[in-house]
Amino acid sequence: METFDPTELPELLKLYYRRLFPYSQYYRWLNYGGVIKNYFQHREFSFTLKDDIYIRYQSFNNQSDLEKEMQKMNPYKIDIGAVYSHRPNQHNTVKLGAFQAQEKELVFDIDMTDYDDVRRCCSSADICPKCWTLMTMAIRIIDRALKEDFGFKHRLWVYSGRRGVHCWVCDESVRKLSSAVRSGIVEYLSLVKGGQDVKKKVHLSEKIHPFIRKSINIIKKYFEEYALVNQDILENKESWDKILALVPETIHDELQQSFQKSHNSLQRWEHLKKVASKCQNNIKNDKYGPWLEWEIMLQYCFPRLDINVSKGINHLLKSPFSVHPKTESHSVTQAGVQWHDLGSLQPLPSRFKQFSASPSQVDGITGRISVPIDLQKVDQFDPFTVPTISFICRELDAISTNEEEKEENEAESDVKHRTRDYKKTSLAPYVKVFEHFLENLDKSQKGELLKKSDLQKDF
Amino acid sequence: MEFSGRKWKTLRLAGDQRNASYPHCLQFYLQPPCENISLIEFENLAIDRVKLLKSVENLGVSYMKGTEQYQSKLESELRKLKFSYRENLEDEYEPRRRDHISHFILRLAYCQSEELRRWFIQQEMDLLRFRFSILPKDKIQDFLKDSQLQFEAISDEEKTLRDQEIIASSPSLSGLKLGFESIYKIPFADALDLFRGRKVYLEDGFAYVPLKDIVAIILNEFRAKLSKALALTARSLPAVQSDERLQPLLNHLSHSYTGQDYSTQGNVGKISLDQIDSLSTKSFPPCMRQLHKALRENHHLRHGGRMQYGLFLKGIGLTLEQALQFWKQEFIKGKMDPDKFDKGYSYNIRHSFGKEGKRTDYTPFSCLKIILSNPPSQGDYHGCPFRHSDPELLKQKLQSYKISPGGISQILDLVKGTHYQVACQKYFEMIHNVDDCGFSLNHPNQFFCESQRILNGGKDIKKEPIQPETPQPKPSVQKTKDASSALASLNSSLEMDMEGLEDYFSEDS
Repeated sequence: METFDPTELPELLKLYYRRLFPYSQYYRWLNYGGVIKNYFQHREFSFTLKDDIYIRYQSFNNQSDLEKEMQKMNPYKIDIGAVYSHRPNQHNTVKLGAFQAQEKELVFDIDMTDYDDVRRCCSSADICPKCWTLMTMAIRIIDRALKEDFGFKHRLWVYSGRRGVHCWVCDESVRKLSSAVRSGIVEYLSLVKGGQDVKKKVHLSEKIHPFIRKSINIIKKYFEEYALVNQDILENKESWDKILALVPETIHDELQQSFQKSHNSLQRWEHLKKVASKCQNNIKNDKYGPWLEWEIMLQYCFPRLDINVSKGINHLLKSPFSVHPKTESHSVTQAGVQWHDLGSLQPLPSRFKQFSASPSQVDGITGRISVPIDLQKVDQFDPFTVPTISFICRELDAISTNEEEKEENEAESDVKHRTRDYKKTSLAPYVKVFEHFLENLDKSQKGELLKKSDLQKDF
Repeated sequence: MEFSGRKWKTLRLAGDQRNASYPHCLQFYLQPPCENISLIEFENLAIDRVKLLKSVENLGVSYMKGTEQYQSKLESELRKLKFSYRENLEDEYEPRRRDHISHFILRLAYCQSEELRRWFIQQEMDLLRFRFSILPKDKIQDFLKDSQLQFEAISDEEKTLRDQEIIASSPSLSGLKLGFESIYKIPFADALDLFRGRKVYLEDGFAYVPLKDIVAIILNEFRAKLSKALALTARSLPAVQSDERLQPLLNHLSHSYTGQDYSTQGNVGKISLDQIDSLSTKSFPPCMRQLHKALRENHHLRHGGRMQYGLFLKGIGLTLEQALQFWKQEFIKGKMDPDKFDKGYSYNIRHSFGKEGKRTDYTPFSCLKIILSNPPSQGDYHGCPFRHSDPELLKQKLQSYKISPGGISQILDLVKGTHYQVACQKYFEMIHNVDDCGFSLNHPNQFFCESQRILNGGKDIKKEPIQPETPQPKPSVQKTKDASSALASLNSSLEMDMEGLEDYFSEDS
């Protein structure tokens, strides 16, 4: 099994930025069809370089400028910021107060550590198949609301590289939204309130807003497998006491008894549902509303957003296709576990065996790429099969050697070489997802350009 | 309408055409007025609107907004000051015109600081909310259309498609059916306060808002527009202020006290110095009570305290001779050299009585002036205790004045809501044991007069036999003076320019 030194990272990054990073798609995205002049040129990027050197207010003239600079600086991490009133790399020359952030995508950051109080399998930076479902549910719930309630059309979901997901909402009108409206959107999407000192974090009123109802319907699809089987939230007294803390004391005794008699979480949950609905009808209680069952489900499963990431127009967020530079430890117990089939463990095809993670190799593996998530296949998304930079660099090496032997005599331009390079690696399917997203963007921008040229009477 | 004696051009509109310029009894003040008016009318309109907004503020604190009492009292204020409020009345043109012009005049005065803007916007919003709430349903749609707000009611088919969702989303809707409720479809970003709390149904980027909630949205629109307008106004203010006709009025309108100024008192010479100690606990407002106490304890007061308290004493009837005696007696107890007093402090006292320098008879400070200007620092005792004291200290003070705990907590609540003068009114009610003080407190001397009235059973302050009998006109406590003398008092408070006096004392000892 090959292991990689963290000191290898600079070399790997060099290769990545020279041969694999999808520059033309990336530029296509951030240029937004050229509808607004200088939109790309006024965009702020920030780089984290070797030895944790962090530089802000990077900006570029065009795609080739971007490529050159990235190859030169070899950033460990790339963040995308706002589109400003002037070129960020010239911000020092601008009169004080005139340099302003003007537009940016609406972004969301969902982080697994925010669920530490309700997941029993892992904590802090760790993730595993059992708790990843939280991200799946979060994506489904938030995406549905962004699409159906707010009417947002261009939503890009990205794996953060370690323990969460990001969403970039790129509609033209959305990029112009004020900080107040962004905060309002996050508030609309928030249901779980309170920190460590608050036991019961979800309180529903008599009237259930359609957003809540639809979110619960999504959670219902996953709840049994996620919460009652994998997380086993009613497994033993310690775990079910936490749930009892969320319901009125009057039913504690009854529930304790029936829990003792039951054998597993599924049975206990059935009891809880029965008792809770009886109790709703009998007790008029200020602390506990009529929706106990749902409040518990929401507290254990509903997405938790960080408002600070979303509300600021000048907030910097990790870029898609950036590499996660930290070494990660995770509690996967078997190499090559097929995702949705935990019952039977199947090994990966042999071609990949030598590159996959295993506990003994964990500390040596460098980071995963922040790849776009295919919304059509969100249930199948497996963060552990997301390629790492070392993985795809090895793939590239292997493939290139083969190719060189075959095409020694053919003259190939470097660019053509590069546009096909990522396609030959495991990065390819993710770039495809990105391209699909870009096609939709293009369609709406074509409409804009047409309108603009009509106005200017360009034919 | 009479136009004699006023030099102005009017737009000569025939009856119907006039009404076209003000089709509704309320408006968003999007267009500034373009007429010529006389300076007198300019000032009158401004003062009247300040009175109106102050009533709006007071009533909003004393009564729940939207209740019977609130509405009827506000209506009577509007009627009294001749501003528009209701449709279906005869000859609505003049009240609406007054409303329009006065609003824009006040923008000039109230754009100057953050605090002023906030106050102005708050009262104007409350006023608009009230007017909107009494607007009949059939007029609402017309008004919205004319005000260029893109609020469209959706058709019945569209309603039935989503009625369950709309009912489930809007707290203001009860019942199982929408019935004849109008629902408006607006872009979600325009309904920020509704959607952020999930109080409205969202679909495909639009909020489906019932009529009741549209008001909140309209008010927000109004606030945003007014806020922007005030910022713009502030920028063009220097040009306006350079017009010397307007400068004095605008400079002082926002600090204006539009009632009695207590300068020409009918009770000069009625108080004797030995009454002051007992009067301070019975009839002084807390600001003066604390100044008196500090003076007695320290045998000294700093400049700010001397001005505030000294003028107050003049207002309650101390003569110049009494004042000189009073202050000198006290300062000497503090081991001050009598000569030093004569040299430094007596000049000041004579100046404030109008016997030196410019010979202006300075007027005692109003509550507004005390609250808004010259905040006290360490070692000062002036200012308004409700405004400037730390709540804990205020509580202790009130306890030492033997106010009941219930009363104290009511007062502290009012202070928290920045209703300082109402808090003082509450104090008045508690120490005089009345349910309703019966006046709107604006001035410390008003507090004193009202207190004396209650304590003396409605009569004037008892005359001391020692004092010479002079025919005195009765103090006119409740009558508000007409505009021109209010203006005159504004002008004299104008001269309340401390700079002249500052020159004479370089430091407080």
